[in-house]
Amino acid sequence: MKRRPLACRFTLGVLLMLTASVHAQSRPFPLPPKEWPETINDRPTITFLLLDRLEYLSDEKSDARVWDAQGWVGGDWNKFWFKTDGVDVNGHGVEEAEVQALYARLVAPFWFLQAGLRHDAEPTPTRNFAVIGMQGLAPLRFDVEATAFVSEDGDLSARLEAEYDLLFTQRLILQPRFETNFAASEVEDLGIGQGVNDIELGLRLRYEIRRELAPYVGITWQRQLGDTADLARERGEEVESAAFLLGIRAWF
Amino acid sequence: MAKGERGPYGLTRRRFLQVMTGLGLLGSWHSLMPAYARPVGGQATALRVTDSGVDLAIARTTIDIGGRVGSALTINGTVPGPLLRFREGEWATLRVTNRLEEMTTLHWHGLRVPQDMDGVAGLSFPGIKPGETFTYRFRPKQNGTYWYHSHQGLQEQLGHYAPLIIEPAAADPVAYDREYIVFLSDWTFEDPEAVLGKLKKQSDYYNFQQRTLGDLLRDAQRYGWRAALQDRAMWGRMRMSPADIADVTGYAYTYLLNGLPPQDNWTALFRPGERVRLRFINGAASTFFNVRIPGLPLTVVQADGQNIQPVTVDEFQIAVAETYDVIVQPQEERAYTLFAEAMDRSGYTRATLAPRLGMSAPIPPLRERPLRTMIDMGMEMEEMDGMAMPGMAMGEEAMGGHAAGEAGMTMGDGAMAPADQGAVSGIPKNEAAMSGGAHAGMPGMEQAGPIVARHGPDTHGPANSTVATVQRNRLSERGAGLEQVEHRVLVYTDLKSLEPNTDLRPPGREIEFHLTGNMETFMWGFDGKKFSEVKEPIFLDYGERVRITLVNDTMMEHPMHLHGMFKEILNGAEPAHRPRKHTISVKPAERLSFDITADAPGNWAFHCHLLYHMEAGMLRVVNVGLPPQEGRP
Repeated sequence: MKRRPLACRFTLGVLLMLTASVHAQSRPFPLPPKEWPETINDRPTITFLLLDRLEYLSDEKSDARVWDAQGWVGGDWNKFWFKTDGVDVNGHGVEEAEVQALYARLVAPFWFLQAGLRHDAEPTPTRNFAVIGMQGLAPLRFDVEATAFVSEDGDLSARLEAEYDLLFTQRLILQPRFETNFAASEVEDLGIGQGVNDIELGLRLRYEIRRELAPYVGITWQRQLGDTADLARERGEEVESAAFLLGIRAWF
Repeated sequence: MAKGERGPYGLTRRRFLQVMTGLGLLGSWHSLMPAYARPVGGQATALRVTDSGVDLAIARTTIDIGGRVGSALTINGTVPGPLLRFREGEWATLRVTNRLEEMTTLHWHGLRVPQDMDGVAGLSFPGIKPGETFTYRFRPKQNGTYWYHSHQGLQEQLGHYAPLIIEPAAADPVAYDREYIVFLSDWTFEDPEAVLGKLKKQSDYYNFQQRTLGDLLRDAQRYGWRAALQDRAMWGRMRMSPADIADVTGYAYTYLLNGLPPQDNWTALFRPGERVRLRFINGAASTFFNVRIPGLPLTVVQADGQNIQPVTVDEFQIAVAETYDVIVQPQEERAYTLFAEAMDRSGYTRATLAPRLGMSAPIPPLRERPLRTMIDMGMEMEEMDGMAMPGMAMGEEAMGGHAAGEAGMTMGDGAMAPADQGAVSGIPKNEAAMSGGAHAGMPGMEQAGPIVARHGPDTHGPANSTVATVQRNRLSERGAGLEQVEHRVLVYTDLKSLEPNTDLRPPGREIEFHLTGNMETFMWGFDGKKFSEVKEPIFLDYGERVRITLVNDTMMEHPMHLHGMFKEILNGAEPAHRPRKHTISVKPAERLSFDITADAPGNWAFHCHLLYHMEAGMLRVVNVGLPPQEGRP
């Protein structure tokens, strides 16, 4: 390339500087003072409490009361999430009860990553776990909770829960529900075998009087599997059960 | 009032007295409703704003909506507040006193006022604190139909809005014998904060028109099980609902016309043969309306306060925050129903045009609620392959391509490289080649606008659930639910400004924004970010001409409103007659552009005017720089 004469380059430089200074003359408008209020508040703290299942189950031989609730406090991205569920069979007092306290973070459009602690208050002796899980809406609109647990004894286990809403009408909704538990190692005292422990299928038909309040009726079927079933048989327990249920779902 | 006679707002005397005494307001009932909203004939009455000033007081007031008592935020005691009449070019002073227990503001929607008079707390001023009086003073340099409202929190939902008219300094190009304001809005007895909370917890809380098992059976009968299930599977895979038309519906809303519910039958009087100017304003928080007057053609003469070349239609959809001025000329001595149906068809409001009070005409039934389509989802053809249900497939042919060249963003100087798009060309792809002829003639398909761009790899993070893989120019398309209506419906390509635009410079650069949202968590924003997550405004140089391109990655319309400057919409009209709008509804999976002249120094809000979307983060700030200082080199 032919070198431009020095004078020409000089003129070009001055022109460039002038252009730059002209450009600099349009200064940004001063930003609003910091002490002014925010234009909108898009970071509200929301509190949500869902009593997903408060139900009474009955089969030929026994009855049971079950609770399954969860909720959260927080913003769009970060939440404190808690869960609790338990069962009281035949009114003998709570047989199983667990509580989870989790930190949750929105990591994908439909998914929260959850991590925290789980405490099993029943059965005794009580046990504690570290928890990590994903909760959200899977394709085809399944509400999914997939959670892994490590007990203080180092036992690894996992649980998968899925629910689906099938609308008969705008308020009458059938909800199939699936749950399964898996253990990587046997915990004989608690009747937990290695491998898939059990599966549970439920069908609940609810009527939303309001969105927040829905009584329901349903059926549930549960079966223990593999080593867990063997352990149950050894103790003379049933490995399969089915029950009718009545319950209420509510949220605030 | 004689016994049994219909009194104001269609109440019988007895009911009227019940309501009034119930509220303890007998004797002061005039304060309940603005003068212009009373069903009397003649011209609208109003407060005239001059430089000697008018006083406006914001207060919490008990009002009657359809026989139920609600707590509203009122301007001078009424919902809507008083109609203000300004004169173009004349100074106007307004003293606004806050009698609430919280901060408030008044924003002059669509008015080009100095930035410190714009009434947005946090941008133009610190807001009006309880007990304080703030004096607004400005000189309107435009004319037409506009409105004003609170720009603070969710106050607007509670009735904190009112119409305004700026009379032209020169002769009005629109001839009319009488005029009425038709102010549409949505009222809820719920606390708006609770509404937002419910949407955050269950975003389809208010939707009672979702698809059921019965719909599946009907679809299966009509289109076969395979197609019906495929359709369900497709929406299921995306975790979206095609029935998602409105966030808040008739379940919570009473739709109001001039502050009155439909049963109160607000009435506008006319003499047969008169030209009646109806100034429509959509002051709703969250509702688009379909407007028609069966039996009367509607000649639209103004949009967003700016005169347009008259266009005659039978129906129009008015987005939140838009205004349309319409001329009707009823010839018969009879009543006509003015029907304003919520876009999701979950409710309506209405008025009557009649030669005398106490008349009414049949009220049309609500039509079937619309469904979103795969076009709204911005889907690729291959993804839709084999689809054989209406709304599942896509347009058969590109729409002749008018306006496509502009929407394709091939800029004259070639300096602008759109940041986020795969293949952009000024020429729409021929879709006919991509989809089988089997779908030809399917409802809703023939009107799909041409594809003008495809989405790039950036999906905007967890705060955005879908992207418009295929982006279309949809300006010639009718609004949701009006695709099949067998009469003339206004579309954006019908709008051509009457007075030519003054700045015809080509834009020096283009800025592209994606409108994003997460339907499950009810987060809304630009490019996957909420307002609070963005550190800096959008900086524009003083005087620069800039093109702003919006891509709607969501499956809902967003009525985008820019303060301080008019947007010249690239709708295919010649540049001098591109319509100037303060608010434009961006359809799902749409890509549209407008040019602005950055001649108004200040920090200006740029946001979705769906109140709950704005408050959930869909707002950005445009900073227009100061002019170069004189005397400097």
